[in-house]
Amino acid sequence: MVQPKIIKLVDGEKGNIIKITDLQLDGVMRRRLLDLGFIKGAQVEVVRKSPLGDPIAFRVSQTTIALRKEESSKIEGELISNGE
Amino acid sequence: MHIEQLYKEAQKLSTKQLRDDIVQHLHERSHLLCQEGITYNKAKKDTKTEKLDAIFTSPIFGFPIMMIMLGTVFYITIAGANVPSSLLADFFGWLESQLTALFTFLHAPEWLHGMLILGLFRGTAWVIAVMLPPMAIFFPTFALLENYGYLPRVAFNMDRLFKKVGAHGKQSLTMAMGFGCNAAAVISTRIIESPRERMLAILTNNFVPCNGRWGTLIVFASLFMAAGFTGGMKSLVTTGILVGIVLFGILITFFVSWFLSKTALKGIPTHYTLELPPYRKPKIFDTVIRASATKSWSVLVRAVKVAAPAAILTWVFANIYIGDSSILLHAVNFLDPFGRLLGLDGYIMMAFILGLPANEIVLPILLMGYLSTGSLTEVKSMVDLKKIFLDHGWTWLTALNMMLFSLLHYPCGTTLVNIYKETKSKKWTFMAFLIPTVIAIVIPLMITQTVRFFGWI
Amino acid sequence: MGNEYRIALAGNPNTGKSTLFNALTGLRQHTGNWAGKTVSLAQGSVEYKNKTFQFIDLPGTYSLFSNSKDEEVARNYIVFEKPDVTLVVLDATSLERNFNLALQVLEMTKNVIICINLIDIAEKQGIEIKERLLTNRLGVPVIKISARNKIGFPLLLDTIDRIVTGAIECQPLVLQYPDEIEEKIRQIEPHVRAIVGDHVSARWVALRLLDGDESLLDEINRLITLKGAS
Ligand SMILES: Nc1nc2c(ncn2[C@@H]2O[C@H](COP(=O)(O)OP(=O)(O)O)[C@@H](O)[C@H]2O)c(=O)[nH]1
Ligand SMILES: [Mg+2]
Repeated sequence: MVQPKIIKLVDGEKGNIIKITDLQLDGVMRRRLLDLGFIKGAQVEVVRKSPLGDPIAFRVSQTTIALRKEESSKIEGELISNGE
Repeated sequence: MHIEQLYKEAQKLSTKQLRDDIVQHLHERSHLLCQEGITYNKAKKDTKTEKLDAIFTSPIFGFPIMMIMLGTVFYITIAGANVPSSLLADFFGWLESQLTALFTFLHAPEWLHGMLILGLFRGTAWVIAVMLPPMAIFFPTFALLENYGYLPRVAFNMDRLFKKVGAHGKQSLTMAMGFGCNAAAVISTRIIESPRERMLAILTNNFVPCNGRWGTLIVFASLFMAAGFTGGMKSLVTTGILVGIVLFGILITFFVSWFLSKTALKGIPTHYTLELPPYRKPKIFDTVIRASATKSWSVLVRAVKVAAPAAILTWVFANIYIGDSSILLHAVNFLDPFGRLLGLDGYIMMAFILGLPANEIVLPILLMGYLSTGSLTEVKSMVDLKKIFLDHGWTWLTALNMMLFSLLHYPCGTTLVNIYKETKSKKWTFMAFLIPTVIAIVIPLMITQTVRFFGWI
Repeated sequence: MGNEYRIALAGNPNTGKSTLFNALTGLRQHTGNWAGKTVSLAQGSVEYKNKTFQFIDLPGTYSLFSNSKDEEVARNYIVFEKPDVTLVVLDATSLERNFNLALQVLEMTKNVIICINLIDIAEKQGIEIKERLLTNRLGVPVIKISARNKIGFPLLLDTIDRIVTGAIECQPLVLQYPDEIEEKIRQIEPHVRAIVGDHVSARWVALRLLDGDESLLDEINRLITLKGAS
């Protein structure tokens, strides 16, 4: 068994699927992200980057949500697919 | 027990873990419901959105497409509004002569004819002829784009720039609303969660020209800047100039946001989430009808309501004499030196001051002012219109300054009222007035003085 | 008037609430395909079987833990203005997130109808929804509609009618949280009830207090002073 690779959402490449393991955010933003489906165990797909590189759009809970790197760098998960 | 006390008790019982668990539990339940109640047959995924986003948010094409979209909407508006505008103007000109004939027939006193026809009728007719056609085309075109789902992509593309100046990415959405109406856009800033960034969006919204200023901008761009062209080319040049004006407004927005973020509204950009919904084909007929009919209508009614009294007032001021000149002329003469400094004149300053209630009426008031003193010509076509301005010493520089002043000056009365309602602060409402006013003075001043210094005019 | 009823339209942003509102009332609330198009309340009425249904188009919310002003408007309306019926409009193509809000609405008010909208698109994408089963699970009517194509309206209006006349009684699902949370709810709930009475669901307020929703406190205080004054 290979250890699953843990990466931050911000470091995901287009097509990567990441299973969230940790959210290092607090307060209102944490709650907002939880409401949107960025919960532990959720699978998130990296959809695309904005033309200037930030924000990045993610597919989560059947919707597409864009996050700035300030937030997406604080969400970690196991890389479970490269999208190939 | 007080609720606050209870809240403290509850917080003692609560932990971060517990809060997470509540949400987690809701999600698990949702997930379960979906598993039980919904079957997803085959993977018919929505590939259309995927493909379109690859273009609309592409690193290479994303920004150019935004510019093209903006330009296209303007072009359709300008080219399409041309004919109906002049038809309306012809019609109102004809109606005016009929009404005048009627007044003569009835032996109505001169002052009554002056007030009702030359004041009220003319003023409102101009508002309708100049404002209605662009509005009736712009609103539905924009509404289609909006219902299709393009706006969030603009916010997605532009976010980085807004972040750089300390503003919220969703400000591009509220700015887009500003093209329709700044007063409504101020209310739409409610989507911005953080008070600081919301304030930035409110304070800078009027740098996006609302439909009340479209007419003015289009008239001057086509009269003075695109004068050497005809037909489709003329519309194209006018479009180019308007795009330039709008981009300049955006530049000022960035600058003011940045400046405020470093000074009075210090702080770092707060959190931000933006949903990118799938593209959905709008119900074209409904959307077009709703946008053109109802929205144009309500905006027009508002404009006419303000225009009517303002037109009468202007006529009265122009016809009541104190000493050897009218009240209007006294005011104009008083404002003139200041206006000249900015490459404008006293009439223009007067029109903007009287136009505070609504931007739609600035141009009609200006024309009435000019006509009340000069030889009282009938304005039948755009050529006549230009002659009036030329008679009053206008050059391309005057037109440019007029456009910039219109773009940058204080928000209209309705917008200021809404700003007060939304911010509940006299200070910030005043700032919303002051900041644009200072900018609207400084920029034409600099341009005019530079042009004069180098003797370009 | 005895036969006027207020029907609120709630739901995530962009699920077609305004489209539904326009289609039902013939009014012209502006729609747009982006989150945040509707930021304040709009009202319009429909006559149905000698009754007047007053529809209220609320701003979209992802959850009832309000983050921004427009979301607060929606939450306060549902919780404190107590419409006769709350329609929760869901997007059939992203039900997983949408149910989240529906469950929260069920926690705080009784007369709820779940409208699964955009059914036309869902069908194209091969999404099949068993509304009967969902009705059983949730304890309130679940109806499939397409606001844009005016599909499912007769059933929707009829269901609203039957709820306000009492022909249908909603028994919304009471979500059971893990024991540890339930225990804490039990500790707080009676105190909440002592303060807010029966006007607002005490269980829901208790949950929100545990959840740390401070913005709710002001609203509750306002409610209490209002009740005290009247
Ligand atoms: N295909 C389809 N599109 C819909 C339907 N209902 C709404 N829409 C579209 O969904 C988008 C959002 O609608 P809107 O009413 O503004 O959503 P709101 O934010 O919930 O008020 C618009 O582009 C509508 O045209 C439907 O039943 N079918
Ligand atoms: Mg809406």
